[in-house]
Amino acid sequence: MIKGRVWLYGDHVNTDLIIPGRYLDDYDLRSLSEHAMEDIDISFSRNVKSGDIIVAGRNFGCGSSREQAPAVLRQKGVGAVLADSVARIFYRNAINIGLPVVICPRVSTQLRAGDVATVDMQLGSITRESDGLEIRFAPPPDFLLEILDRGGLVPYMRERLSR
Amino acid sequence: MAGMTFAQKVLFRASGRQASPGDIVSAKVDLAMSHENSALVVKAFREMGAERIWDCEKVVVLFDHRVPANTSKTAEGHRAVRRFAIEQGLPHFYDLKEGICHQVLPEKGHIVPGMLVVGCDSHTTTYGALGAFSTGIGATEMAAVWATGELWFRIPETLRVRVGGSLPRRVSAKDVILSIIGDLGADGADYMCVEFVGDTIDRMSISSRMVLSNMSVEMGAKAGVVFPDGKTEEWLGPRTSRPWGTETSDASAEIADEVNFDISSLHPQVAKPHSVDNVVPVEEVSGIEIDQALLGSCTNGRLEDLQAAEAILRGRRIADRTRLIVVPASREVYIDAAEAGTLASLVKSGAIVLNPGCGPCLGAHQGILAAGERCISTTNRNFKGRMGNPNSEIYLASPETVAASALKGEITDPREV
Repeated sequence: MIKGRVWLYGDHVNTDLIIPGRYLDDYDLRSLSEHAMEDIDISFSRNVKSGDIIVAGRNFGCGSSREQAPAVLRQKGVGAVLADSVARIFYRNAINIGLPVVICPRVSTQLRAGDVATVDMQLGSITRESDGLEIRFAPPPDFLLEILDRGGLVPYMRERLSR
Repeated sequence: MAGMTFAQKVLFRASGRQASPGDIVSAKVDLAMSHENSALVVKAFREMGAERIWDCEKVVVLFDHRVPANTSKTAEGHRAVRRFAIEQGLPHFYDLKEGICHQVLPEKGHIVPGMLVVGCDSHTTTYGALGAFSTGIGATEMAAVWATGELWFRIPETLRVRVGGSLPRRVSAKDVILSIIGDLGADGADYMCVEFVGDTIDRMSISSRMVLSNMSVEMGAKAGVVFPDGKTEEWLGPRTSRPWGTETSDASAEIADEVNFDISSLHPQVAKPHSVDNVVPVEEVSGIEIDQALLGSCTNGRLEDLQAAEAILRGRRIADRTRLIVVPASREVYIDAAEAGTLASLVKSGAIVLNPGCGPCLGAHQGILAAGERCISTTNRNFKGRMGNPNSEIYLASPETVAASALKGEITDPREV
């Protein structure tokens, strides 16, 4: 179960905002992640806590195929990304690096910054802790849940290739 | 029974499963491309415990984003990939010598119609201009492709974009696609396969079609396809002898939507900061002063783009307050533009010519903006901070509009110079 505080953002948060291209020569995720979201929210990387949840509007993660975008969020401890819609490559990348990502139309109008929420990926359920409001979403197919469960595509493939 | 769309047919052939939009299939890819981020792919490949690439003939690796290396960290990344390429005996490793992946792969004959192509770059949609089903993926899943040759795909819905009419003077493919994106929005084709059809597309060169396919991802598309015709055949003829598929969508196939655009009275278009769908006709922004003009990229760095700009600038000097940066998309384009005198003419007009590559488009080097500066660019993204500074502004436009704007030092309607 994922539980954390909500960071709320708008529509079309692109990968350049999540991690600017000017830093991408750095292959060390720990130092790279210090720049996460800095062009849109300078307080994010300083104040985000392990388990916190990003909630956003439409088309989250649009733009480049850079996998560092979900990777820096996970590195900073983000427990899940919930958005009204998610750009295709970001969606794939997030699952592949083990960051739970949820497409849930209108979720950005149902949670506010600072809310505490819990997310159950198997059940397809988000709960707002303050009043117990439950928001449902279609859970990802089983094989994607399995990749998430293993911690990403690398451990998933390691298991598969060693068989 | 309904027929199949192009996307369904390609994924049927590659997966052995006849599936409907929304279904997920595991498909064998025909070609896998990666650039600098191969460093991440190599790392994930090793961590997966993989040893050999499944089929070296189907893998292309090159460097284009930061060439020559802009920092020692980049140089380390390049070296790690170079060593891997030698270790695996990769026959299609181009290092930093050829230019931008999306120009180089078609030029070198790696792309033919009907292929299923994946690339570690969002603009991998470009190869759709040659009739391939081609889409961007991430680095870790590329490692899985290197190991197994397979990947999961969701069968996309299809959005048909029909474009009709003759392009007015000094209006080009970039204006067409900006107008379409402005209309449909930055997620207007979310996850869909876009098919570009109509008499305007039929008359377009392969280079112009590549502009459309390239920018399809800026409206969320998974792929952006132009079906092959005589022009495709002529273009591919000298580049490859490989047989190619002739799949198109069946007339009875179900598609999500069809939208129509008549471009016969289209004005030059400009995407204002900081999103690609923030599009207006050029006259709404003309007169805005610019510090930098950029002509190049996987969107508009081809010979016809350089020549369209040169035709406007020939024998004239760009404005003193403006710097014009020209980046040919590939070595082939560079040579052709040099031999045709295009580059010399642009330099005489005051341009700086860089080596083929992605250049300043992604804000890594070769033309980063200062705070408060403004750039008009033929590239594909005007996101905040894209060219290296979050307090700068990027306007996207055609080669013609960029050239006219460099000439005047302010955003300028190319029909008026």
